[in-house]
Amino acid sequence: MADYLPHTPAEIDEMLTFLGMDSLDQLFAHIPPAVRLTQGLDLPEGMSEPDVAALFTQYTSANQAQASEMTCFAGAGVYDHEVPAVVKMLAGRSEFVTAYTPYQPEVAQGVLQAIFEYQTLISRLSGLPIPNASLYDAATGLVEALNMAHGATTRQKMVVSAGVHPHWREVAKTFARGTGHDIVEVPLKDGVTDWASVDATNAAAIVASYPNYLGVLEDMSVAKQLAVANDALFVLGADPVAAGVLKTAGQWGADIFVGEGQPFGTPLAFGGPFLGLFACTTEQTRRLPGRIVGETVDSNGRRSFVTTLRAREQDIRREKATSNVCTNQTLMAVTAAIQLGWLGTQGLREIATRCAQGAHYLFDELVKIDGVRTVSTQPFFREFALHLGRDASGVLLTMANDGVLGGVSVAALTGGPDPSIEGDLEDVLLVTVTERRTKEEIDRYVEVLRKAVGQ
Amino acid sequence: MTGRALSGGRAASAPLLGHETEPTIFEMSVSGRSAYQLRTTGVPATALADLIPATHLNGDVVNIAEVSERDLVAHFTRLSHRQFSVDLGMYPLGSCTMKYNPKFCDAVANDPGLNSVHPGAPAELTQGWLELLATLEEKLCAVTGMAAATLQPAAGAAGELTGLLLMRAYHSANGDPRRRILIPDSAHGTNPASVTLGGYEVTTVPSNDRGLVDLEKLKASLGPDVAGIMLTNPNTLGLFEEEITEIAAAVHEVGGLLYYDGANLNAILGAVRPGDMGFDIVHMNLHKTFATPHGGGGPGAGPVAVSKRLVEFLPGPKATRLDDGTFAWVKPSRSIGRVHGWHGNAMVLARALAYIDVHGGDGLTRVAKYAVLNANWLRQRLSDTLPAAYDRVCMHECVLTATPLKNKYGVRGLDVAKALLEEGFHSPTVYFPLIVEEALMFEPTETESLQTLEALAEAVERIAQRAIDDPDALHRAPQTTPVSRVDEARAARHLIPTEDAASR
Repeated sequence: MADYLPHTPAEIDEMLTFLGMDSLDQLFAHIPPAVRLTQGLDLPEGMSEPDVAALFTQYTSANQAQASEMTCFAGAGVYDHEVPAVVKMLAGRSEFVTAYTPYQPEVAQGVLQAIFEYQTLISRLSGLPIPNASLYDAATGLVEALNMAHGATTRQKMVVSAGVHPHWREVAKTFARGTGHDIVEVPLKDGVTDWASVDATNAAAIVASYPNYLGVLEDMSVAKQLAVANDALFVLGADPVAAGVLKTAGQWGADIFVGEGQPFGTPLAFGGPFLGLFACTTEQTRRLPGRIVGETVDSNGRRSFVTTLRAREQDIRREKATSNVCTNQTLMAVTAAIQLGWLGTQGLREIATRCAQGAHYLFDELVKIDGVRTVSTQPFFREFALHLGRDASGVLLTMANDGVLGGVSVAALTGGPDPSIEGDLEDVLLVTVTERRTKEEIDRYVEVLRKAVGQ
Repeated sequence: MTGRALSGGRAASAPLLGHETEPTIFEMSVSGRSAYQLRTTGVPATALADLIPATHLNGDVVNIAEVSERDLVAHFTRLSHRQFSVDLGMYPLGSCTMKYNPKFCDAVANDPGLNSVHPGAPAELTQGWLELLATLEEKLCAVTGMAAATLQPAAGAAGELTGLLLMRAYHSANGDPRRRILIPDSAHGTNPASVTLGGYEVTTVPSNDRGLVDLEKLKASLGPDVAGIMLTNPNTLGLFEEEITEIAAAVHEVGGLLYYDGANLNAILGAVRPGDMGFDIVHMNLHKTFATPHGGGGPGAGPVAVSKRLVEFLPGPKATRLDDGTFAWVKPSRSIGRVHGWHGNAMVLARALAYIDVHGGDGLTRVAKYAVLNANWLRQRLSDTLPAAYDRVCMHECVLTATPLKNKYGVRGLDVAKALLEEGFHSPTVYFPLIVEEALMFEPTETESLQTLEALAEAVERIAQRAIDDPDALHRAPQTTPVSRVDEARAARHLIPTEDAASR
């Protein structure tokens, strides 16, 4: 028996006496006996912290794919970037960690100002003026973008490139069950969206990814023109690290930017909590999902920050709200602001450049291996897909024995046939390189993969 | 009892070094300064222009602040000093369950054996995570009395929408998705917002004079087009819906499903389970009941547990225990699909499992008992100053009203809430639920001591005395906080969401 409850037996008695009661059970006496739990919960007895810590080693020791055992070349929207001690310590400050949503701005300026700084950074990275205060992750951010496009156009058809991450597309389809959106997927040819193959008439949104999930850099002006020609909104899912060197969503003419903010200070974390980045044009401000922080003044004229445009939100507009989002991912947004402060202008360009350099160096070595060929001949940024000529999942397990997490199997990502891949899907491996990978590690990867594919 | 109110939860001694505002990080920026340090990699430093066509390069348009590590630390440390938190003091914010967050649970989740694992790694290499998730699912089902759960929803509202999509899938499989969802007038705003996104229409059910669902009016609203009802029990007034079995029977009678909004699950741990009350779908806010830290507004986690007839529709893939003792990702046969980019907020899930393991079934039962004890003690203790909207035994929270102070002295609930900040306490939830005039909703939680509760009560009494002596001062409260009341109308009228908008 271990817990965090301060009550002494004497205090419990005193409190019950104050209430005119003689037992704690009396507090629950108005619950109908027919539904009361009589046997207690079917769970083991409580344990002390060190005992639970010992129990948890059975989980931690069974995860072979952890950093101390394997060098990570897996990406697919989740990247192994440097997170320095200073960012971990600042983001771990309990004032940020144990605060609630900033409903009382007088005592929440810390979180509010950090969100304001985060919003400024997301606005700059996206090239769009109206950011929000965060969403759950990129996939659910895409759903909000589609809802915004529906709100702006009253149309239901969403034309989505198959270059958008398979999980994002699946999440969009799940939520379309409720909204009734008609999701039309556009296949890829040579890793590039074949926009000409689809009828975009009456589309609410044209949705693309930059780079696309296979790492390919597509010319986004094609998607933009399609959106303009059909009076649709252009929704661009973009890698926010790429914005260090590549054109921003705003530069490509996007109306809505969504992205995954995990690369900014959040560990791989088995997929969550991550950070849904979102920004849009001023035309869409009133349709913004979730929270937004704005600058104002207090009654003494001092600069202050407060959540604003609250009339869009669920607690006020209820069934007419622009979104149901309440709790979002504030701590990850604060973390991103700190991480970007650490990187600065030069640091962001540097990691983006190093990712590209490492990925291209590895790519050039891998395509020399017999039987390994590229999925796309088009330019890429930090990630690329290869046909291995044999089952990618099996290759990954073989590579794991040599301490290399070789990438992500595309078939495992798509979970079935998918318009993003021409030809065999099972043998496609998605590989990434971040600024943390050394030449020695990359050279070793080449040898390990060569062995795994039997060359 | 005066004199023993030297409590752990009152934060009035928090130091402040001045009343200036903190500059933004952009204002502190000096071109050419930097903090970052990267690995020496030895990778050939090929020029970017030789790797990527020029049409893709942005011309170095993106600027971030440029600060030293020392300034970065000073800036965010000072911001943290301008922020209230559970670690600093009591946060009696009704409906939000701001209990103490055990540090142990954070430490367990932050183990590299969990947090350095890539979510796309093959299941064979992540067996520990899959076992952890499958184990948590089993334990959450034991707490709620349900058959199976999805851990994917990232927060309570995401869980609500997932639940509604499950209702839609279930009814559609029976030939008709149906049209309406019933919601009590005391419900959280996320409920109706989720209903709309689930493709349903809201029918509001009024509360009766006891603050409970009006059973007769509920029955009158029922029909074959009703997909289900969303209920919070105890409801947002902190009151247990005593006619829950009758409500369940009536809704099931027309083929509808019952959705349990787990916002208030903390009140009933070990006392009664949603499954035993007849609920078909339950979401849990792990960041409330299971003490994972709120992070200033997330991350949360909103797992959804369901009764047997809905199991095959759950989102997936799910971490599943196989007969041979290993674990695999398995998609339920008629799954609605993913509701999260990966496997949910995994680190939050790990914290919640650690919390459950430390407490065990016995500890969780005590959690609910002491939470309810604290709320009732506070309700009774404050009854002369802020009477309860419904004066009888409450559960884990109590909704009080400032109407007497307003009528006599013109001091509103908001004034009381703001004045409490000067007293070293966070405000209660203000003006919710909407059906109570001048509502102040206090949720002390089980981790606050009797001394802290007494200190809070004395603070409220001092504010009530100030209402008599100098009500105008209360309208101006708080004055001792980093900023005073902010001009919210101005923020909305002239939106400045970024530094760049501010400088235009």
